[in-house]
Amino acid sequence: MNYAINALTRSLNVFHLGGSACNNCDIEILDALTPRYDLERFGITLVGSIRHADVLLLSGIFNKKSAIRMQELIAQAPKPYLVIAIGGCPCTGLMFRDSYNWDRMPGEYVHIDAFIPGCPPKPEAIISAVVKLVDALRSGALVPGCLQEPSEAGELVPEAAGAAELN
Amino acid sequence: MSGNTIFLEFLLFPGLLFTTIAGLLTSWVDRKVTALVQMRLGPPFLQPFYDIRKLFIKETCVPEDGAIGLFLLAPLIGFAGVTLASMILWRTLLDFEATFVGDLIVLIYLLILPALGVVLGSFASRNPLASLGGSREIKLMIAYELPLVLAVLVPVIQANSIRLGDLLSGPSPAATVSGVLALLVAIACMQAKLTIVPFDAPEAETELTGGVFMEYSGPPLAMFKLTRAMMLFTMPVFLVVLFFGGAVSGPGWLPKLTGFIVWFLLVAITIVLRNTTPRVRTDQAVRFFWGPVSVIAMLAVMLAWIGW
Repeated sequence: MNYAINALTRSLNVFHLGGSACNNCDIEILDALTPRYDLERFGITLVGSIRHADVLLLSGIFNKKSAIRMQELIAQAPKPYLVIAIGGCPCTGLMFRDSYNWDRMPGEYVHIDAFIPGCPPKPEAIISAVVKLVDALRSGALVPGCLQEPSEAGELVPEAAGAAELN
Repeated sequence: MSGNTIFLEFLLFPGLLFTTIAGLLTSWVDRKVTALVQMRLGPPFLQPFYDIRKLFIKETCVPEDGAIGLFLLAPLIGFAGVTLASMILWRTLLDFEATFVGDLIVLIYLLILPALGVVLGSFASRNPLASLGGSREIKLMIAYELPLVLAVLVPVIQANSIRLGDLLSGPSPAATVSGVLALLVAIACMQAKLTIVPFDAPEAETELTGGVFMEYSGPPLAMFKLTRAMMLFTMPVFLVVLFFGGAVSGPGWLPKLTGFIVWFLLVAITIVLRNTTPRVRTDQAVRFFWGPVSVIAMLAVMLAWIGW
């Protein structure tokens, strides 16, 4: 097992990046940290600064404006880090995908390591997904997106023209 | 004593390695007790070690227009300070004659260094929130240093010496009225020196999102976390040496057991206070330390002077 991956997965500090979410996913994320589910058993804690983060949770809709902010924030995270999309919005776009300010799927312009669909996903689903992700990383089946070579899809940036119009 | 032994002592037993491990274990106790207070299971035993190991494999981000040299140097200032302080304390505990006259004064200065390192690092990062946290840290330092030094004066007056060895071999100040008052003052100051709730305004997770440590990542952040953990271990040891001198020195296992129990009680008081109080504003903290706490500290000094 890779030493760095082992060290990373034993102590995950989570940074929560809300992109105008409706708050249901936010509540379920906090729920997973409360005494009933107690994610600190696995060494998972919530941090306030992106510089301390190992896991970036994306929740909510990333539209033409907030997608740029999201990419700026992700660029500030120290490597290696993981990106997890929580809820139906960042996974599929749900009912907002035909909206005028919807850009593209976040998965098309940032590497996302795990998707947790659900509107909102239960805390059990979040914990199960984290366990599966950690298992996949430790067995070598998955390499964190930030360490992979950028693919053709990785070069994508939000469409500058459309974003400029809105700004 | 040859130079080699001192070097080994600094790196291994009373110094770096011992203090680091003891500090991380203390921080596990802190997190576990906090979890139990909140009716959780809490982190595994080795979690503080995992956290530090993880930070050493992370990338070090430096702010683009910060003072990068100072930014990277600041964590080491506090780290060196607390290591030296712990080494002096433990050498005195092992052998009363090992240290020099005036080591108490050196110790007080060394224990300021961690806070100073945090302030320098936060200003060097040029992050507005970190600078705000840094200025709060300075105000907190100005607030608690006066009563802390007054409280330290009480054992000094009683033992009539500024050498730690003499404080340890004399009777314990905590058995006198002035000693008890000074101990209460010192516990309040310890809470502020460790910048934990209710005096955690410099970090303020909810409003400054990490405050002074905001721009730090990777190994420098690990140094800061280690310094915090080592302070959590060293400050109660300092209070034990100051106020329970006679009770914890001497031959046999009983004084050692007493020393450990008193140390654990001091850590427990800190943790319980942290879990049961809300954060106070900086002005409230300054008013608290310069008002009632300083008055009690002066009273203790006067009582010690007339021999109570």
